[in-house]
Amino acid sequence: MATQASRSAARLMMAPAVILLLGWMLVPLTMTLWFSFTRYLPMRGDSIERGLQWVGFENYVRFINSSSFWPSVQATLMIVGGVLVITVILGVLLAILLDQPIWGQGVVRILVIAPFFVMPTVSALVWKNMMMDPVNGMFAHLWRAFGATPVSWLSDASVPSIILIVSWQWLPFATLILLTAIQSLDRDQLEAAEMDGAPVLSRFFHIVLPHLGRAITIVILIQTIFLLSIFAEIFVTTGGAFGTRTLTYLIFQRVVDSQNIGLGSAGGVYAIILANIVAIFLMRIVGKNLDR
Amino acid sequence: MARAVTTRRKLATTALAWGIGLLIFFPIFWTILTSFKTEAQAINNPPLFWGFDFTLENYTVVQERSNYMRFLWNSVIIAGGSTVLGILVAVPAAWSMAFVPSRRTKDILLWMLSTKMLPAVGVLYPISLLFVQFGLLDTRVGLILVLMLINLPIMVWMLYTYFKEIPGEILEAARMDGAGLKEEILFVLTPMAIPGIASTVLLSIILAWNEAFWTLNLTAARAAPLTAFIASYSSPEGLFYAKLSAASTMAIAPILILGWFSQKQLVRGLTFGAVK
Repeated sequence: MATQASRSAARLMMAPAVILLLGWMLVPLTMTLWFSFTRYLPMRGDSIERGLQWVGFENYVRFINSSSFWPSVQATLMIVGGVLVITVILGVLLAILLDQPIWGQGVVRILVIAPFFVMPTVSALVWKNMMMDPVNGMFAHLWRAFGATPVSWLSDASVPSIILIVSWQWLPFATLILLTAIQSLDRDQLEAAEMDGAPVLSRFFHIVLPHLGRAITIVILIQTIFLLSIFAEIFVTTGGAFGTRTLTYLIFQRVVDSQNIGLGSAGGVYAIILANIVAIFLMRIVGKNLDR
Repeated sequence: MARAVTTRRKLATTALAWGIGLLIFFPIFWTILTSFKTEAQAINNPPLFWGFDFTLENYTVVQERSNYMRFLWNSVIIAGGSTVLGILVAVPAAWSMAFVPSRRTKDILLWMLSTKMLPAVGVLYPISLLFVQFGLLDTRVGLILVLMLINLPIMVWMLYTYFKEIPGEILEAARMDGAGLKEEILFVLTPMAIPGIASTVLLSIILAWNEAFWTLNLTAARAAPLTAFIASYSSPEGLFYAKLSAASTMAIAPILILGWFSQKQLVRGLTFGAVK
């Protein structure tokens, strides 16, 4: 059993991780909060040394009232929602397929999982040039082969294109987790249902889907947190143009391009609040798991 | 009882699964294939799947032109450094939480997880400001620190779920046999902990290698890793498809191979142990 000595040793062993993460969280967060209430334009000579002018909630109001705010919320919701729908539905189907007895299962798994290991800048560039380019891309070749006019995907169908790229990156993640969950399904139950003559669809909806419920929830929550902050995929392909400026990208532009730190920080606080709403649900599920 | 599967059905599912697998893998396959073509053949219409002149020229050109080795070296140092540092901090923490749990262990674990939820863009300016202040901008040390911190919660969690599975009775038995603390750690616990540590190392390297927010925003010329190297190809000049492909292939090859070894661990690490 844990003695007093081992307790203090344990505390000592935990200290570096806790202190580091505490600093990593509190220091920048406090600064962002502070900046968000000030007028902070480094290009016009504002700096911390000379003291920042306190402006109250002005930045928060301006961020929401700016003409690019609601479009960015819309773009964020469409991209996050689109990717979630695609990856979860295809992920479930693909997981069921990969769970079947097939020849070369290991190789197929490797093929399916590969996109997850491709760094975001590479997948964005490969899709932009090799697949979606209106002249030399694979889609253009396909379209021409069927006598259609090639599409400039990233300008004419920008949001669906981004959804496609990001879904390609995250489908392996969803598939892998759902496959792991499916493999823990009680086979006897499924076979019993099959012998009783339950049709495929009702077996799916009454046995497989309920079993996957928790895994699907986890996939949705974790992906949402990562998807809310996708950056490289937009940075490399459209640079936020053609309606693909997400909340994350808008904040990035406010901070880096227009160097309006106060305004960008207020946006950052909104993003933090948004991410935390999702996080609370995720933590509940993960936390429950800890008690077992 | 094993379900009787007719060969015909297995054939059909196999064909379907392979078809979908190849479709998903196609962009990667196409990139690798294109990297061995000449620039003219890379943009040939119709696209060439075979019958092109196999060449390694693109790889040499990319390497000479953009000093690929320096970016690769930066990636290796940053991914490796942040992983080593992370392990040094995470192992003791996960260890104490798994073997000497207290009432607060669960809260600390969940709090660590919550730091992972902080959107990076929300703290971009403060971090760059601090980086300028401490002379860390565009240095490998700076990136090692940041990537270590963003992966630390995942590392602690993953190690914790592994350590939790080491049965406590084994320790008691070793103690009964007269093992001291040193022997206990060296001969009993370490061998049992190694698989978990190895998986964590693998996942941390993959995540650090592919990280593309901080690496793009905190580096310029000196410390830029492969993510930034590839991003520099987004404004092309002239013919460049084959070179882009060669550069991409080189950037993803190491991690693709590592990744294939770590499929199972990935699930556990990225779901914080909620799915095993």
